[in-house]
Amino acid sequence: MKEQSGKLWSEKATVMTEEDMERVLRRISVEIVERNKGLDDLILLGIQRRGVHLAARLREIFKVEEKVKVPAGELDITLYRDDISTLADQPVVHSTSLPGDINGKRVVLVDDVLFTGRTVRAALDAITDLGRPARVQLAVLVDRGHRELPVAADYVGKTVPTSRSENVEVRVKELDGEDRVVICERTGGAEHGVEA
Amino acid sequence: MEWRHKDLITLEGWTREELHFFLEQADYMEELMNRPIKKVPALRGKMVVNCFFENSTRTRVSFELAEKMLSADVVNWSASGSSASKGETLRDTVWTLEAMGADAVVVRHGAVGVPDYLSKKLKRASVFNAGDGTNGHPTQALLDLHSARKRLGGLDGAKMAMIGDVLHSRVARSDIQAFRKMGVTVTLSGPATLMPEDTASLGVEYVSDAHEAARGADILYFLRIQRERQDDGLIPSIDEYHRRWGATDSLVSAASPNAVVMHPGPMNRGVEISSSVADGPKSVILGQVRSGVAVRMALLYLCLGGAR
Repeated sequence: MKEQSGKLWSEKATVMTEEDMERVLRRISVEIVERNKGLDDLILLGIQRRGVHLAARLREIFKVEEKVKVPAGELDITLYRDDISTLADQPVVHSTSLPGDINGKRVVLVDDVLFTGRTVRAALDAITDLGRPARVQLAVLVDRGHRELPVAADYVGKTVPTSRSENVEVRVKELDGEDRVVICERTGGAEHGVEA
Repeated sequence: MEWRHKDLITLEGWTREELHFFLEQADYMEELMNRPIKKVPALRGKMVVNCFFENSTRTRVSFELAEKMLSADVVNWSASGSSASKGETLRDTVWTLEAMGADAVVVRHGAVGVPDYLSKKLKRASVFNAGDGTNGHPTQALLDLHSARKRLGGLDGAKMAMIGDVLHSRVARSDIQAFRKMGVTVTLSGPATLMPEDTASLGVEYVSDAHEAARGADILYFLRIQRERQDDGLIPSIDEYHRRWGATDSLVSAASPNAVVMHPGPMNRGVEISSSVADGPKSVILGQVRSGVAVRMALLYLCLGGAR
């Protein structure tokens, strides 16, 4: 898990700088407006934890550029994970809060990294339990490949080819003190990645 | 935080840091109760056996609700009509539970130490103490912490008056331990006949006058009075008890303006609590019921997780 990166992973290369992240989020925001022909009935839903902060950035861009306050919520998918019984320690639960009714709305799910697709699968199950949106779209900052489920993103910040032994870390100021995306390499620990 | 507890027999070994982490996890579990579909798949495929060798309604229902909301398979093993009344030994019961493949056992028993015994015998399954004799009721303490903290914002430095039958109460024992661990000062009050002999060794003070105990308190905790105590000669009369130690408007007005009134239920209205206090603005008694489900979900989730 990311929290353990200090012990298990060593930094290999920077794939996005602070400026890159900002530019990419602006491009995604334009694509969201284009694709949805505006921002009516749109809800941003950030996946805990870094997706929540990326959703907040998009919301800020919409406020400045489009003069629209888009409702934003946070979604925790921990209780919907399919690997709970295989992890050594129980993953920590974070908050889920919706900005209002999601029925009939266009929900844009926001996450930092798209990898196996299992997080998105869990998020879709969680959303189904919370209501019935008219549409669900997916925005990710980085697509690193290695899908294990038939999942694709509608908005991709950057496609980064990786090997399975690597990890992509999206760092955000709010949690990590800096805005940067790095590729890390395993220096020890378990055999297989645990990123859901 | 890495969760290191598999069972909950007593809160003795839990650190304050662990309690903080636990209560926060329970906050997120409580949010599930507001959803249109109050169910998540987190414990799918896990089997939880509720073994109640002693009567209980709210604790059993609360555990059952928590188990179902997490999608565990629930089996209720009730004492009456079970093999226990046919003379089965506890050890045979353990082996039966083990053979059934139980992942967790929730146990309430009239005898002190039964949950502890089960946890030592059951190799794989988690064991949760839902009350053993007059010893302890740790999930009640967790839910009380959760609802008091929710209303007061924080617990460190708060003052609590616990009033009533402390002597026969497992709730009192667990709550004193848990609230003190969170930095709460506890003062006991009630008839001296219903106090344990060594209140000092519990780290609490005892005052006979309930108004003195309640003065400036942030938490007023009223314990159940069983009517049989009057026949045992331990309380003067129900009326006098109510006047001197019951939750009346006058007693509650001695506490801090933002104080919360708590009761573990079921209430004896007109004995240890008046209806105007039980249904009044300071009462968090229904909040305690909600917290009960939330903390039991957090407990099941944290202790049942992980590869075994």
